[in-house]
Amino acid sequence: MPDVSSQNQIHTLSTRNLMLNIDGRPLIDNISLELQPTGTSTILGYNGAGKSLLLRLLHGLIQPSKGEIRCNGERLSRSYRKKQAMVFQKPVLLRRSVIENVRFALRVRHRDDPDHARQMLQAVGLEKQALQPARLLSGGEQQRLALARALANDPEVLFLDEATSNLDPASLGWIEHRIQEISDGGTKVVMVTHDLAMAHRLSDEILFLDNGRLITQSSAQAFFSSTRNDKPEIVESFLTGRLPEPRLA
Amino acid sequence: MQDFSESFSLAFQLLTTFDPDLVEIIGLSLRISLTATLLSCIFGCLIGAALATTRFPGRTVIIILVNALMGLPPVVVGLIVYLMLSRAGPFGWLGLLYTPSAMIIAQTLLITPIVAALSRQLLEDTHTEYREQFESLVMSHSQQVRALLWDCRYGLLTVVLAGFGRSIAEVGAVIIVGGNIEHYTRVMTTAIALETSKGNLSMALALGIILMTLALVVNALVSGLRINSTRLGYA
Repeated sequence: MPDVSSQNQIHTLSTRNLMLNIDGRPLIDNISLELQPTGTSTILGYNGAGKSLLLRLLHGLIQPSKGEIRCNGERLSRSYRKKQAMVFQKPVLLRRSVIENVRFALRVRHRDDPDHARQMLQAVGLEKQALQPARLLSGGEQQRLALARALANDPEVLFLDEATSNLDPASLGWIEHRIQEISDGGTKVVMVTHDLAMAHRLSDEILFLDNGRLITQSSAQAFFSSTRNDKPEIVESFLTGRLPEPRLA
Repeated sequence: MQDFSESFSLAFQLLTTFDPDLVEIIGLSLRISLTATLLSCIFGCLIGAALATTRFPGRTVIIILVNALMGLPPVVVGLIVYLMLSRAGPFGWLGLLYTPSAMIIAQTLLITPIVAALSRQLLEDTHTEYREQFESLVMSHSQQVRALLWDCRYGLLTVVLAGFGRSIAEVGAVIIVGGNIEHYTRVMTTAIALETSKGNLSMALALGIILMTLALVVNALVSGLRINSTRLGYA
């Protein structure tokens, strides 16, 4: 388990006038935001809203067309990106054993430690599969391994891109429990999900995107509150499960 | 048909008696082909990895060129190496013409484009799969290349095999730069060519059978390894 006591730092992630244009089309449209420094922030929205793109921009996997991303007041740099980690919807596992996948992430940071790797596996219930080929694990186990690998270097910010879609309840339980644990331990979690129930259970903050624009950013409590009726119409539609109006591409 | 049955029995006889000439020819063939394959793998994999993981102007042209060089005629390579190593050539002072080293150089030039082109495709496909993960881990370029080479190790074995196959069966280039000198630069393919020209078809066929058996054994070993690695999810 990571030493959570050393992770209780403030991680302010913010964007200013963030734009991403592809073929002249704005896929991320002038987003300015500042995420809560701790806890779990969840990005919600319909398909094509730009959720995964925003996550990739925040992690520095893609460069914005305009605007900037700041971490603790400084522009997102390579050294800061090393303090971040990401788990993708489809886990990319190396053609190696389970434990070697975790040790690989440690070796990249020049801190190979088999005991630490084993602890990481233990935390996601994969210690018995340590020597098995990673790509032969079930989908849920592969996602747990991807999470263990992402956490191996004790990231300050963890991005999860629909990391729990298509998982069986047991694996979902493992991953949710682990996310809650690391979020409580001080790691900032930013995730994209389609699972409203999970977002409700884990989130401290919700960002709702539509058509590349940030529609609303609020506390999870306010977002899911049934008594408040000041929500934008599209958010109401989303929360009540109504289908969006078809749009021309 | 008589030639075939005679050849089989001759091949068997040569092998079981460890005919010294045959052992020498097989040994030299393997030494030259394996050395050339090893050198080609080093150069070819580096070229393949560089092309697979970097983007630069003219990259597509280089890829087309490397792919085209896969079909390089051996006699042309032999001729070029001959001109380079002949006394009047720029490297004549090395005195390598008609030596096994010249044969290794010719074969290396012949196989490197094959290894480069095939490994480039393999590494690029894997890099496409891994790219976001590598970016997320903020890996340096050399870390990415090392990880790709290791993860593609079983796929690269097939590439090595293709190179070795071309090398061990090659005759045009090695006969030009090696000269087919008995006990010095005579390898299996040049020996087959010589025995055929002398009308000694049984001996030529016997050598051919041994050559094919050798290729078959290497292929079977690598295929077995590859099947096993696929089963284990490592390929």
